Amino acid sequence: MNTEHKNTAVLKKDKSNNEMLLEVKNLKTYYPIKGGILRRTVAVVKAVDDVSFEIRKGETLGLVGESGCGKSTAGRTILRLLEPTEGQIIFDGQDITNVRGTSLRKIRQDFQMVFQDPYASLNPMMMVGHLVSEPIRNYNNKSEKELKPEVLDLLAKVGLPEDAYYKYPHEFSGGQRQRIGIARALALRPKLIIADEPVSALDVSVQSQVLNLLKELQDEFDLTFLFIAHDLSVVKHMSDRIGVMYLGGLVEVADKDSIYAEPLHPYTQALISAIPEPDPRKKKERIILEGDVPSPIDPPKGCTFHPRCAHAMPECQSVKPELREVKPGHRVACHLYK
Amino acid sequence: MSAKSHLHNDTPLLEVKNLETAFSIDGTYYNAVDNVSFRVKPRQIVGIVGESGCGKSVMSLSVMQLLPKGIGKIRNGEILFDGVHLENMTDSEINKIRGKDIAMIFQEPMTSLNPVFSIGFQLQEVLFNHMKISKKEARLKSIALLKSVGISRPEKIVDEYPHQLSGGMRQRVMIAIAIACQPKLLIADEPTTALDVTVQAQILELLKEIQEVNDMSVILITHDLGVVAEMCDEVIVMYAGKIAERTDVDSLFHNPKHPYTQLLMGAIPKMDEEVETLSTIKGIVPSLKNMPKTGCKFAARCPKAMPECLTITPQLAENEEGHEVACLLYETSRPKTEVNA
Repeated sequence: MNTEHKNTAVLKKDKSNNEMLLEVKNLKTYYPIKGGILRRTVAVVKAVDDVSFEIRKGETLGLVGESGCGKSTAGRTILRLLEPTEGQIIFDGQDITNVRGTSLRKIRQDFQMVFQDPYASLNPMMMVGHLVSEPIRNYNNKSEKELKPEVLDLLAKVGLPEDAYYKYPHEFSGGQRQRIGIARALALRPKLIIADEPVSALDVSVQSQVLNLLKELQDEFDLTFLFIAHDLSVVKHMSDRIGVMYLGGLVEVADKDSIYAEPLHPYTQALISAIPEPDPRKKKERIILEGDVPSPIDPPKGCTFHPRCAHAMPECQSVKPELREVKPGHRVACHLYK
Repeated sequence: MSAKSHLHNDTPLLEVKNLETAFSIDGTYYNAVDNVSFRVKPRQIVGIVGESGCGKSVMSLSVMQLLPKGIGKIRNGEILFDGVHLENMTDSEINKIRGKDIAMIFQEPMTSLNPVFSIGFQLQEVLFNHMKISKKEARLKSIALLKSVGISRPEKIVDEYPHQLSGGMRQRVMIAIAIACQPKLLIADEPTTALDVTVQAQILELLKEIQEVNDMSVILITHDLGVVAEMCDEVIVMYAGKIAERTDVDSLFHNPKHPYTQLLMGAIPKMDEEVETLSTIKGIVPSLKNMPKTGCKFAARCPKAMPECLTITPQLAENEEGHEVACLLYETSRPKTEVNA
């Protein structure tokens, strides 16, 4: 284990001085709930509520949180697949929050998405060669024949055999389909890839293949990742920095080692302690959270976590804590740290 | 308590001998569970781990006699529960045991409850089936059961419907239904896979508590090695319908013998270790139709495979005390009758 530590220390590149690729400022995405005969908006689901973070070039930012915390909505809003309600998205120095039409289409070449479900995200009627060349054909008039060498190259890069070109998605296993999805995302040589739970539908042994592949490709193509997942150990393996979300808000952001070694937010502490340790000799102190995540339609006032928090103080019920830096590079939204 | 008779000895509560369960694909039967034998002792938590398609769920369905009729059947072997053979029971005979002495909880708390009946109705259904009990008593008992699985306001929840509950609450209701008749054996098939980690922690805690209070045996089927490490006394690792390794939880994690187990351990990212590349297992589990007929079924994917692995089928045998493994790397796994040419 020690030698592994040394190796990674050598391999690890310091990315903290790289140029900024993506800046998200006070992003809010609300879903309206319509009701009544007139279909008026009767309430809103605050799926993403005032989230700010940034990703540097070549870096991987992991977003973790439980279902319904808004991590996927955040990812989709950044890709402009959903309209932000408020806030700013700055990609590669350009404000893309309100870009529309052809200019949006042009920018979209630079960011791509890898989806969770490798069964639902590929059109079953399309041949793999066709599927992988589709993003490229969207942006230029090259024929499929002209693109074939490029597609074969992409297939090789993601570890699929040449004859995959003429096959259909149903002929592949889950892991292989996820590779097809990754080849599609890579086709336009994007700068940013948003991977939304890319391995949660896969078995452990296949999961590790896909995770290794994503890491290799990141080095080869100089990719920047926003890696969204619910599994903290997977996120930690993949990311340089990790953001923890709870009920639409970002509660803690830090580099991965500090998040694990020294989680500050009570929710992060509970989340980390809840992960079952794959070693029966390590018995760790469990923090069991009471109750369920409240509804994002009517989130608790003040700190959204206060009804389940063991350290809640009177001010937590009324004042919403800001995400602020308490240590270099470690930001947390909690009244315990001032 | 009914389990008391077992407290003094090690008589297994459940004994599965040479079980073969087959599924029909285009008219031909293929073994999904292939010659599997194991025992569950009273008050023991036995984990069954393996990837999708390894036969772990089919095994539990075989024990429960819940195989889809006309498609799946037990071809061979014996299932002894408390000394009684289950494999040839008629529906009415097994119905007296199922839900009473052996209960099961499933992965999907969303689909395993009936959406059109209230929680109370579904709980009382089990009670009426197996006990002589009045309506009023049944209602009180179901409220008590809901309370015992940690549901707050059970008097209200008992009249609510599944859609009004969260995933974690539904799984608690499923557990309440399962333990309603104080079963001796609980089969939990991926009980926490659909849940978030913090809710998973709650449910696992609850299962452990109930197991201790009710003196139950539990078969916990899961793909999550973390859950196994936390919950189980003994672990069975399955691959392609066969048991690859069986041992106590500590030796499995600290002295894994089968190459498959070793690779699985290296494939999970761990929170407190930093590795650049995770270990992988090349290829995928062969489908039922393409399963190798002779030799070790893992041979094609095994980094330590030897030529003879393709021809000699390894036997599951004790290699160290209490530690069984089926791999030709160990002398004990070589079939005794066969002599190498």
